Amino acid sequence: MGNWIINHGLSAFILVVWMGINIFLFVYYYLFYDQGPQFEYTRELLGSALPWARAPAAVLNFNCMLILLPVCRNLLSLLRGSFICCGRTMRKQLDKNLTFHKLVAYMIALMTAVHTVAHLLNAEWYTNSFQGQYGPLAGNLSMLDDSSELKTTYLNPVRSNSTTPTLLVFTTIAGLTGVVITLALILMITSSMEVIRRSYYEVFWYTHHLFIIFFAGLVFHGAGRIVRSQQVTDPPHNTSFCEDQPENWGKNPECPIPQFAGGFPQTWMWVIGPMIIYLCERLLRFIRYMQPVSYRKIVIRPSKVLELQLVKPGFKMAVGQYVFLNCPAISQLEWHPFTMTSAPEEDFFSVHIRSVGDWTEDLIKMVENLPEGGQGPKMAVDGPFGTASEDVFDYEVSMLVGAGIGVTPFASILKSIWYKFKDSDPKLRTKRVNHAMVHFDKDTDINTGLKQKTSYGRPNWDKEFEQVRQENPSSVVGTFLCGPQALAKDLEKKCVKYSEVDPRKTKFYFNKENF
Amino acid sequence: MGKIEWAMWANEQSLAAGLIYATGGIVGVAGQFRGWQFAAFGIAAGVFVCLLEYPRSKRGKGTSVERTGQYCFTVCVNAFGPLTRNYYVRAFLHAALCVPGGFMLATVLGCVCLGIASLIYLSAAIHGEHWEPILPRTEPPKRVGDSIKEPPQNPPPRPPPELRRKKADKLETAAYDNPMSVTVNE
Repeated sequence: MGNWIINHGLSAFILVVWMGINIFLFVYYYLFYDQGPQFEYTRELLGSALPWARAPAAVLNFNCMLILLPVCRNLLSLLRGSFICCGRTMRKQLDKNLTFHKLVAYMIALMTAVHTVAHLLNAEWYTNSFQGQYGPLAGNLSMLDDSSELKTTYLNPVRSNSTTPTLLVFTTIAGLTGVVITLALILMITSSMEVIRRSYYEVFWYTHHLFIIFFAGLVFHGAGRIVRSQQVTDPPHNTSFCEDQPENWGKNPECPIPQFAGGFPQTWMWVIGPMIIYLCERLLRFIRYMQPVSYRKIVIRPSKVLELQLVKPGFKMAVGQYVFLNCPAISQLEWHPFTMTSAPEEDFFSVHIRSVGDWTEDLIKMVENLPEGGQGPKMAVDGPFGTASEDVFDYEVSMLVGAGIGVTPFASILKSIWYKFKDSDPKLRTKRVNHAMVHFDKDTDINTGLKQKTSYGRPNWDKEFEQVRQENPSSVVGTFLCGPQALAKDLEKKCVKYSEVDPRKTKFYFNKENF
Repeated sequence: MGKIEWAMWANEQSLAAGLIYATGGIVGVAGQFRGWQFAAFGIAAGVFVCLLEYPRSKRGKGTSVERTGQYCFTVCVNAFGPLTRNYYVRAFLHAALCVPGGFMLATVLGCVCLGIASLIYLSAAIHGEHWEPILPRTEPPKRVGDSIKEPPQNPPPRPPPELRRKKADKLETAAYDNPMSVTVNE
């Protein structure tokens, strides 16, 4: 149990807080519309479908505000930098931004479903009220029209006998924007399914830009002010007394005609901040796109891996970070992430690119046709962005596990360790490497020059973890993985299994980076 | 968008559309809306579409990922032969099924989603795609007898240490610079 808290505690806490806010908003606004006296007459027409529509609306406001934030990678990088004081657990949370984005998206989808079903009922019942199917009170309320001569304001948005629910929806701002943005949401979700995303990233990426339509429609969704509440009149209209005698309204001094007004649209207040932040994010990516990048060296490696050594003025990186590359000659709009394999101590940065899909294959083909020593195609670079590997030097002992192309961040780390020892960097806490440098001439590994051999093939994890635990009692061991999901699950379990809460024993912290 | 198989997206979209169509239909019938007959049709059509679309097709290129428990659905859908294999038929079927949904508010969203799915299927059909069942493999992937007779042709990938150390005079062609100087002592 203690091991679970160490490795998953903060994530669970954030989830509980987020869910707590959702539940609070839902219940608060449900009760507000279910019991608020200003909605007594609206409820006469709609019953409980009114609060069932308004409560998810509040939750939707909250989540639509949140959904843009996890994908602002430059903002997250900024936060990451400023958390250097607050410990690695906080920074690790920022690695899980995409998971949070998906979770919020699921909540939006669920609440949209509830909201839509409730409004289907509302549209039908508004129409029925107007046609007098719900008794005299509902009928009289529906007859109230927007009229300056009679000094009345309407309550029921259905204003004529020929209005059907479908017509109501398609002739009101709320209805029309609602249908359009729900459609956009459905298309975004179906194209984001894992199968589609992993195989045809372009379909996912281009369709996902429907979020622009989604947010535009969302902001205007309440502009029609179709949810009406009762206003205070002079003399006041007492609903419990007057509701039994609708025919006397206006004639009886105690029951003046009730007045209604639409609610002020609020969604824009929730989402305007994140929309501006996201706009800044895209602007920043565009500015970076315009900055010149030149090639220092291009190497084509075996198994279709391309190494690019690039130089960009003013570019500073930390170990194990990644960049997004855009090649306008291949595609104007696509940015693809690649881990940097060079160390920060070098005067260039390099990426190793594996041939996986359309974009990478096109790039490799283009580069193969270049003349000897020629410059590569124009490339734009956004980044660098942080990953868990920055924390490698904070742990006394680090275990680096790289699978396939996942060895790339660790190439950067190991090279950086070389440089740090060469320059006797005092900030390096890593003890194990210290030991290796003394004996570097004797039995060091050839690839990296370190004493600990780079092992090939698939290891027996139980044996490895047991060995590390025995060799490093009372140490905090950072386990870093860049590789496939199945391996991540495996290693995470092993970290939990071999960690002890007792400070005299070894503790394993699991860090994962994967795209 | 080079190698996209449109049918994969059409499949996700039509499955979602089927669910939405059926849900809208249930609301329409349960709430006894005007035009509830269209809603009842929506339930039937939605469920039918879900059953038809649940089994994923085998991909033209790459590994196919099955949905949980789709094997029995695969067998049923496969039994209809060209009616279910051909995507022109599916596109037309979805277009026809979606039309009654447009007559009633509760099913209108299902109607539009199914219509979009129909268009994507049309695109898939034009690109020459068709539905293939994912069936379990009949023959074993490895034959034990053969591999024993054929020893590996190439040595294991890790060459001996002497050959891997970069020679000092070959640094120009090397892909990276040694951070520390390399002494030839073997």
